[in-house]
Amino acid sequence: MSRIDAMFETVHGNGAALIAYATAGFPDPRVSLRIAAALLEHCDALELGIPFSDPVLDGPVIQESSRRALEAGFRVRDVFDMTGTLRERSGKPLMLMTYYNHVHRMGHGAFAAAAADAGVDGVLVPDLPPEEGEAWMAAAEGEGLDNVLFASMSTPEHRLRSVGGLTRGFLYCFAVRGTTGLREGLDAEVGPFMRRVRACSHVPLALGLGISDPEQCRQAGRLAEGVVVGSALVKAAMDALDSGDDPAARAGELARALKAAMY
Amino acid sequence: MRTPDVLSETNKAGGRFGAFGGRYVPETLIAPLSELEEVYRKAAADPAFREELDSYLSDYAGRPTPLYQARSLSLEAGGATIFLKREDLCHTGSHKINNTLGQCLLARLMGKRRVIAETGAGQHGVATATSAALLGLECDVFMGETDMARQSLNVFRMELLGARVVPVSTGSRTLKDAVNEALRDWVATSDHTHYCMGSVVGPHPFPTMVRDFQSVIGWESRGQHLERTGRLPDCLVACVGGGSNSMGLFHPFLADGVRMVGVEAGGRGDGPGRHGSTLCLGSAGVLHGARSYLLQDGDGQVLQTHSVSAGLDYPGVGPEHSHLKDSGRAEYVKISDAEALEAVEALCRTEGILPALESAHAVAHAARLAAEMPRGSSLIVCLSGRGDKDVDTLMHARGCAP
Repeated sequence: MSRIDAMFETVHGNGAALIAYATAGFPDPRVSLRIAAALLEHCDALELGIPFSDPVLDGPVIQESSRRALEAGFRVRDVFDMTGTLRERSGKPLMLMTYYNHVHRMGHGAFAAAAADAGVDGVLVPDLPPEEGEAWMAAAEGEGLDNVLFASMSTPEHRLRSVGGLTRGFLYCFAVRGTTGLREGLDAEVGPFMRRVRACSHVPLALGLGISDPEQCRQAGRLAEGVVVGSALVKAAMDALDSGDDPAARAGELARALKAAMY
Repeated sequence: MRTPDVLSETNKAGGRFGAFGGRYVPETLIAPLSELEEVYRKAAADPAFREELDSYLSDYAGRPTPLYQARSLSLEAGGATIFLKREDLCHTGSHKINNTLGQCLLARLMGKRRVIAETGAGQHGVATATSAALLGLECDVFMGETDMARQSLNVFRMELLGARVVPVSTGSRTLKDAVNEALRDWVATSDHTHYCMGSVVGPHPFPTMVRDFQSVIGWESRGQHLERTGRLPDCLVACVGGGSNSMGLFHPFLADGVRMVGVEAGGRGDGPGRHGSTLCLGSAGVLHGARSYLLQDGDGQVLQTHSVSAGLDYPGVGPEHSHLKDSGRAEYVKISDAEALEAVEALCRTEGILPALESAHAVAHAARLAAEMPRGSSLIVCLSGRGDKDVDTLMHARGCAP
């Protein structure tokens, strides 16, 4: 059983798991590690995003954090150093969120091996649908990594069954049609969407995209086993930096409040 | 174990050109792309759709465009006879209208009330805005701020045509960033919006569909050259940014063994960030939904590009071109900013034709090739657009800007 599977078993009946996202290397390697460590204290699992020059699935906040990380000289290998360090300190699941070109460039086998060596439990490649991902999914499975797939409100039922069968760890369900970013409330479509996904799959479900505040987390936590928060945490760190506060403390505080809302 | 039905759902062979192409998109776009593929497949086989498109192409866009024998240019080059396929004479001033009329008709078929587009030089933006005005669709065009400054004439044209031009201030503020922003919009709006992709790039079915709409260039050229000379040309030359005018010219000749040369933006040199020579200097990667050649660093970060022509200032290229390169069926070369600027002046001087800076890359290389070819042989250059939009750039280049 993977660390991610074990987390969902533990969380079951205790509210939902909070999966926190941080952009690796933002604003620089040292502070990024501090932010990630602070988040790990309060969340159930951590997702580290690899900054990409062309983040087409990301809204303004994660675009900006990626840009700043790259400007500070981020290299893909840095994310493996970072997870390696975090792994020594924490037993919670660590995941990588990456655009496919990084995996393609490094090679499926090399990427999977580096991730596994660094103590990574799961990988999310949002621009790699299963039709294009056979080789990568095999490489990930070979290294014992959970390759997490996605469901959107536009996904038809027969396809929900397919991705539900192919995903590992959990199924990441998009709470909005759109990019990552801060939004208010939960779309009225989300409830019926989650019931549809539930009827088609037997894996834990996580809701993410556009979930930013405790009230949204409370609502999302009633619909899914996991809730992913990204932009709001990155923005908390960014705002703290811009006003001279401690970004790790500020992001950690928000994670604690979000988690508290989910019990 | 892996369930097979998700793999059979989309056409696995469709959208693949050798090792290139595919559909590397977020889950949210899978359904709209499948819908588009299905609607396009049906429309392509429907005589009524083709008749409607053909009537717009002829009565509205001005097709067929002439195949013009450039006698003075040929004489100056020496060697082969150069024919210009005059896409610059299309309504809106470039080949882009061939594609946007097709896609806007499809948008209407799908019941989508809004179209979005990316644009670099503004030619695709103008063509989309024009087709949208014609067919009663809302239109938003994404354009990098750098390009808006150097192609201000086209920005004004789009606005006159009722489109909203959305400035893109991220990244290098050019074509690549405009595509990023258009994709971000489409992920959120695909239920009522069609993304009118401007080139043979992007996820399946765009590379195939845009190629099909642009193939009218090659089919006409083929017929016109046969009629004029009784045989096929020896060589085809076209510029390649994303690669739609070149793919449109090349495709009907693929089975004929005619030599094909794509001309990329050589910019200011071979160093990173100094050119847009994706096929000449790039490597395989995944950007904007397809696997193709890409200008990238060792980590897979996409590199900045440069070209004097906004339409060629792009780090990617259509996947079918990548396949034609790797299979050896087509050759790809680069022409520098300076050579392209010289070619603009040469064509103005010899033929009285002001070409777009993009097309001037093809003209520059064609003149060079013609000189190496024997008298009596012939080549066709796709003159993909006219140069009115580039007058500011040309004035700056000559040092006579106001």
